[in-house]
Amino acid sequence: MTCLGRRALLAGIALAPPALAQGESRVVVVGGGFGGATCARALKRAGLAVTLVESEATYAACPLSNAVIAGTRPWERQLFSHEALEREGIHLIRHAATGVDATARRVVLGDGTRLPYDRLVLSPGIELRFDALPGYDEAAAEIMPHAWKAGPQTGLLRRQLEAMEDGGTVVMTVPANPYRCPPGPYERASLIAHYLKTHKRRSKLLVLDAKDSFSKQRLFQSAWAELYPGLLEHVPLSGGGRVVAVDAAARSVSTEFGDHAGAVVNVIPPQRAGRIAREAGAADRSGWCPVDPVTFESALVPGLHVIGDAAIAGAMPKSAFSAAAQARVCAAAVTSLLQDRAPAMPKLINTCYSLVAPDYGISVAGVYRPADGVLAEVEGAGGTSPLDAPPAFRALEAGYAEDWFGTATAEAFG
Amino acid sequence: MPIRNTVATLLAVALGAAGEGPPGAASCTGCHGNARAGMAIPPIRGMPAEAIGASMRAFRTGERPATVMDRIAKGFTEEETQAIASWFAPR
Ligand SMILES: Cc1cc2nc3c(=O)[nH]c(=O)nc-3n(C[C@H](O)[C@H](O)[C@H](O)COP(=O)(O)OP(=O)(O)OC[C@H]3O[C@@H](n4cnc5c(N)ncnc54)[C@H](O)[C@@H]3O)c2cc1C
Ligand code: HEC
Repeated sequence: MTCLGRRALLAGIALAPPALAQGESRVVVVGGGFGGATCARALKRAGLAVTLVESEATYAACPLSNAVIAGTRPWERQLFSHEALEREGIHLIRHAATGVDATARRVVLGDGTRLPYDRLVLSPGIELRFDALPGYDEAAAEIMPHAWKAGPQTGLLRRQLEAMEDGGTVVMTVPANPYRCPPGPYERASLIAHYLKTHKRRSKLLVLDAKDSFSKQRLFQSAWAELYPGLLEHVPLSGGGRVVAVDAAARSVSTEFGDHAGAVVNVIPPQRAGRIAREAGAADRSGWCPVDPVTFESALVPGLHVIGDAAIAGAMPKSAFSAAAQARVCAAAVTSLLQDRAPAMPKLINTCYSLVAPDYGISVAGVYRPADGVLAEVEGAGGTSPLDAPPAFRALEAGYAEDWFGTATAEAFG
Repeated sequence: MPIRNTVATLLAVALGAAGEGPPGAASCTGCHGNARAGMAIPPIRGMPAEAIGASMRAFRTGERPATVMDRIAKGFTEEETQAIASWFAPR
């Protein structure tokens, strides 16, 4: 076992109240997205009493929302409810969690209610930073949408693209690492280019990037050269792609080298862990939450676990696939810790599918295990789809992307 | 009553802990969930353990062509694969 693993285990044994002796242990999960919903169901299957705190009545899934933006997928297919979880006996509380009293082991809700817990799991996703890019605040996002949390913003970006005259320029800005879904901006660029190619042939897409290298880069770039030549221009950091300020009134963004105005501007701003994780004291100065790679227990706050986008999960990317894989490992570890048993050494997989066109899918996969206190990639495994593959292979992967979405949402929401 | 509760909880908990399976198995579920209509990814729950093991071996060596399973199978030893296969087979 790693040092961190042992420390979390000892902390767990020392601090966990003798809950089992008194009856059921209380586990509270905050956030009912891919991480939280999957975790709550796994904990319930393990026989624990589970309370899920989720502020929204409907969950809007981000994966495949880029296809909604491109007009090739109906929005309704992104929407899920937590009714099946309630039917399974998970106690659902539709409220925002506003704080955590880690000493008394209580979650504080917006209405002042205090929920006691023996173990707490946080899967709050991300908070978009409206204090990081000069000119980009919540009001600016109504003019230059981010669409990085699926919801009204997704529809706004879709409508702006539809309303744009043929010949208009679309500008996208991409942040530096780390952020939710590393290949997501490039999938979005691809699918917007597909929309322009099929509906607005005289329009162009300019992608301003704060990085020089990115996920599945060679696959994306060779597909762009093949499918969208002259239509999609990607400007990397070294080419002056880093956006340093935006001007919503002018619908323009500035790099160190000049300004770019667009008919439609999609700004993906920098991000950090969801607010509740920071309120709980579980985030470090980076804005994200360091965790034990065996149990996902916070390195900063004992008794509290963080999974999904909010966690610093070593080499694992911030994806819905990772969040769900971590959710199951965390649920098993919480179950073990509540029984004073040593948590098992986990192994986790991530796979992210991206659509470069509706019938053209690519993927990146990785296998991970705890090593030296972090989740490290298993060498010799994983990697991307082959660079030279026939169209039938790309079509198969596009189909598997849809299959994965069906399975992941069925596992999370029933 | 409290005693019966405790025993029930402990039993459920003990069964449930095995419920997420040996290392790695919980991640296979990300793509191989419960079978649904129209799925192209083949289901593996209920497949004989030997067949899962043989497929994984063939994916690992590259003998069986794949879109993604070759990249995943290489991350698991024969021993780990056997444990995963025996866990999925009866489910
Ligand atoms: C455009 C785009 C495309 C993507 N495509 C893919 C893809 O193809 N594959 C993939 O694997 N991933 C993809 N992702 C990433 C994926 O959406 C995230 O990684 C995933 O949603 C993370 O899950 P999570 O549980 O950490 O957070 P979320 O899914 O964001 O869930 C957090 C939940 O917590 C709730 N919540 C937050 N704070 C509180 C609080 N204080 N009280 C109560 N409730 C609270 C929120 O309402 C929300 O329901 C994509 C993302 C984007 C933006
Ligand atoms: C990213 C999605 C994904 C994950 C994760 C995944 N699989 Fe697969 N699996 C597939 C796909 C797709 C196929 C079809 C072959 C291919 O194209 O790779 C497949 C095929 C298989 C087959 C062959 C089934 C048959 O009918 O012949 C087996 C066995 C299998 N997988 C086992 C596993 C195991 C065990 C794990 C976990 C260690 C796993 N898979 C994880 C997507 C996945």
